[in-house]
Amino acid sequence: MDKDGQMLSIKELADVLNVSQKTIRRHINSGKIKSVKVGGVHRISREQVSSLLEVEEIIVDDLINIGLERGFPYDSKVPSGDLKNKWSKHKGTINLVSPANKRNIDIIVVGTGLAGASASATLAELGYNVKAFCFQDSPRRAHSIAAQGGINASKNYQGDGDSDYRLFYDTIKGGDYRSREANVYRLAEVSANIIDQCVAQGVPFARDYGGLLDNRSFGGVLVSRTFYAKGQTGQQLLLGAYSALNRQVNRGKVEMFSRHEMMDVVVVDGKARGIISRNLVNGKIERHGAHAVVIASGGYGNVFYLSTNAMGSNVTASWKIHKKGAFFANPCFTQIHPTCIPVSGDHQSKLTLMSESLRNDGRIWVPKNIEDAKKIRNKELKPTEIPENDRDYYLERRYPAFGNLVPRDVASRAAKERCDAGYGVNKTGQAVYLDFAAAIIRYGKEKAISTGQDKDNIDLVKSLGKEIIKAKYGNLFQMYEKIVDENPYETPMQIFPAVHYTMGGVWVDYNLMTTIPGCFAIGEANFSDHGANRLGASALMQGLADGYFVLPYTIGDYLADEIKTGPIKTDTKEFDEAESGVNKFIEKIMSNKSGKSVDYYHRKLGKIMWDKCGMSRNAEDLRSAITEIKALREEFYSNVFVPGGADGYNEELAKAGRVADFLELGELFALDALERNESCGGHFREEYQTEEGEALRNDEEFTFVSCWEHMGKDKKPKLNKEELNFKSVELKSRSYK
Amino acid sequence: MELKLKIWRQKNSGEKGAIIDYNVKKIDPDMSFLEMLDVLNQDLIKSGEEPVAFDHDCREGICGMCSLVINGSPHGPDKGTTTCQLHMRRFKSGDTIYIEPFRGTAFPVIKDLVVDRSAFDRIQQSGGYVSVNTSGNTVDANATPIPKPDADEAFKAAACIGCGACVASCKNSSAMLFVGAKVSQYSRLPQGKVEARERVLNMVKQMDKEGFGNCTNTGACEAHCPKGISLDNILNLNREYIKAKIRK
Repeated sequence: MDKDGQMLSIKELADVLNVSQKTIRRHINSGKIKSVKVGGVHRISREQVSSLLEVEEIIVDDLINIGLERGFPYDSKVPSGDLKNKWSKHKGTINLVSPANKRNIDIIVVGTGLAGASASATLAELGYNVKAFCFQDSPRRAHSIAAQGGINASKNYQGDGDSDYRLFYDTIKGGDYRSREANVYRLAEVSANIIDQCVAQGVPFARDYGGLLDNRSFGGVLVSRTFYAKGQTGQQLLLGAYSALNRQVNRGKVEMFSRHEMMDVVVVDGKARGIISRNLVNGKIERHGAHAVVIASGGYGNVFYLSTNAMGSNVTASWKIHKKGAFFANPCFTQIHPTCIPVSGDHQSKLTLMSESLRNDGRIWVPKNIEDAKKIRNKELKPTEIPENDRDYYLERRYPAFGNLVPRDVASRAAKERCDAGYGVNKTGQAVYLDFAAAIIRYGKEKAISTGQDKDNIDLVKSLGKEIIKAKYGNLFQMYEKIVDENPYETPMQIFPAVHYTMGGVWVDYNLMTTIPGCFAIGEANFSDHGANRLGASALMQGLADGYFVLPYTIGDYLADEIKTGPIKTDTKEFDEAESGVNKFIEKIMSNKSGKSVDYYHRKLGKIMWDKCGMSRNAEDLRSAITEIKALREEFYSNVFVPGGADGYNEELAKAGRVADFLELGELFALDALERNESCGGHFREEYQTEEGEALRNDEEFTFVSCWEHMGKDKKPKLNKEELNFKSVELKSRSYK
Repeated sequence: MELKLKIWRQKNSGEKGAIIDYNVKKIDPDMSFLEMLDVLNQDLIKSGEEPVAFDHDCREGICGMCSLVINGSPHGPDKGTTTCQLHMRRFKSGDTIYIEPFRGTAFPVIKDLVVDRSAFDRIQQSGGYVSVNTSGNTVDANATPIPKPDADEAFKAAACIGCGACVASCKNSSAMLFVGAKVSQYSRLPQGKVEARERVLNMVKQMDKEGFGNCTNTGACEAHCPKGISLDNILNLNREYIKAKIRK
């Protein structure tokens, strides 16, 4: 702005009107806005602004022009043009930062899983100075490491008709048409490159005898596009990204802060300029300045207390930026995975996933008679003693076409329905059987016939069949036996659904930037690619796509304007305020001298979430969840007891901070589920189902992303809607009958 | 179940530690070992005391964060099992269990059972990678076929979770199984061979600098490794190291 504040630049006017600079330029060219040219740059008089605000025509025009109907206040920056060319066109036209300037720019990355480690490595390699943070003792511990199955890529090495478009289409459809087309297409487009990159880094993928990469099929798609490294794909990919990160640490381009927790983001003049962190070893509160902050801290499944997430997985980084202005999108979209080891008692601290591949051969059932179920729970009856006629193979009964291979959300809900009706089988009544007996006999007979042995000798057939099952699922059976202490070759496995992944997350535009300029979100932390339901083997793909190939390009578009900013000072009032906020929180949380433990509150929250915002939801329960969570939150602050001090290692204190944020997120989660009056993907509202009990989507009214805006403490958050426009696919309802 | 626990408590790296006795009751045999410690910690918090600090995260045996020497054995009595996958049915009511941190000169105690294993990160930073740009401009993944036996061997070595049980079990606190696994993974893949010489020299140099001891072939590391990383990796490390030295 000029000295007396009378003239505005194009950028300033765009900010005032909440429209893009392009729009302003177009209006200047068409004469709707009058500007003066001073030394080659446009200046618009302040008087014009007030008159402009009254010209309805321009405002309506502006909103349509930036693709935002119903008043969504941000530009998703999806490039125009053909779906297939959007990404290459965008890469070719966005702003870049020259190599000489990159070395003057600092970037903070919070989280070192697949997304965070790959982004840190690539940004550092490009020349930026990176500070990477993780709460674990080493970046290699991030929970990406626990992913089992594989990573999708549209390589079409199998020649079975795969393509970028097919991967894109499967992902959009699998997400129940609640994700952004352009983002998903880009994901499919860069997927093949991920495999090239990882192989070059020395990631030991499974290979065939010809020495080429092997694939398997996964999660109900029609092609084999999943690359894998035994049941440890996540581990190998993460160690690949970790090695790339280490290389940059060795070059001095990444400074690594392990055992550090991000406590808040610092926003200066509307831009993210750094973070406040806590050193988890000595308790020191630290200030870190940067020209951009990247959040890669994963999902928030632990709001349910029990989930397949790691114990330390948390929402804190995402929640802190939300409270400073970043929209939080679709918080109620959570994936509940059908094949997990059931809860064994009140002591349970976390849940373990069994790969989805087991459903290829296992048949899921519960007893047909409720009396039998009771006897099983009391250990008066064994499952193998129940005759075939008294078993209810409920998935095969309800979904004859797909049977045991229905998608994750459908299988999970069906298990819950049976257990709620009283047919559950383990001591808690919250489990169903996954039975391999039929598969063992089937494989055994085939083997006996093909090797010329007696197919009527039942013992022989069983032992042959077990060998085949062992070759396919041996490691999973062993893991099951270790945890449950039952032999799944002899007695059916017990399984139950568990919270696994969160599709919702921080809202980002096509550049992966949040609604706070300079603050980005990648990987599971953002909302962008999986809609209302994620397909198997797609989480690893998205994390690495964001970190290696998308963010390193798109961040330049923002940072191009930062080359003259100079180093970010941390001795400013904004840093003072953020730090004192953190200190106040710690003081408050440490002030109770007795009371209940952090885990007590976390478990209570988890129970509310699971009972009322879990696999199926209804308005009444959601309303009561909101009330209960509010009350629990108040009790938490007045009664939580954190022993020890704040000036050293104190895990209770770290947990208290995380649970405090979960207690706020949980409420928003329930509110989002309440406002979405339809059933789609992982979100099932009991009021919106077909006569047969299937999910009923409402495309007319709910084809949008719910973007929640924080309005201040104890104020109702504001719902903004980003409309989703589908131009390349037709919206269809999913049927598995 | 009821158990007597003898646990190493140490306020911080500067102060001396000691074994303290605790009793826990109502332990369910289906609990994991760490869930048993959760029960103890909840009891401690209830009585106003500080809980026992221990490292843990994924609790499914893959992240490598949990440690603990249980009755003298890193990760406890079960073979091929991390502490988080050990279950209480392995013990009897009335048992006394000693719980200590992973010890080693290069693994200083941070608090109680938590140790600093950042030396492992620094060894990896010194050369545990392939120097390839991550911008995606590389050759097609199938351009270089890798014989299946090589790929399988590389995979076996890559299964290391970096927990440090090898160091904790070794009377010399040697990290050679850990270093050997990484060196072997890359030395068996064409992508890793290019820098094999510099890698092994740099990683061994850093390993020595961190204060890890030498290998005297007791085999304790392999016996206690939760992922079954084979002693062959140490053999291969020596082979690679000598090769690199000769070529100098």
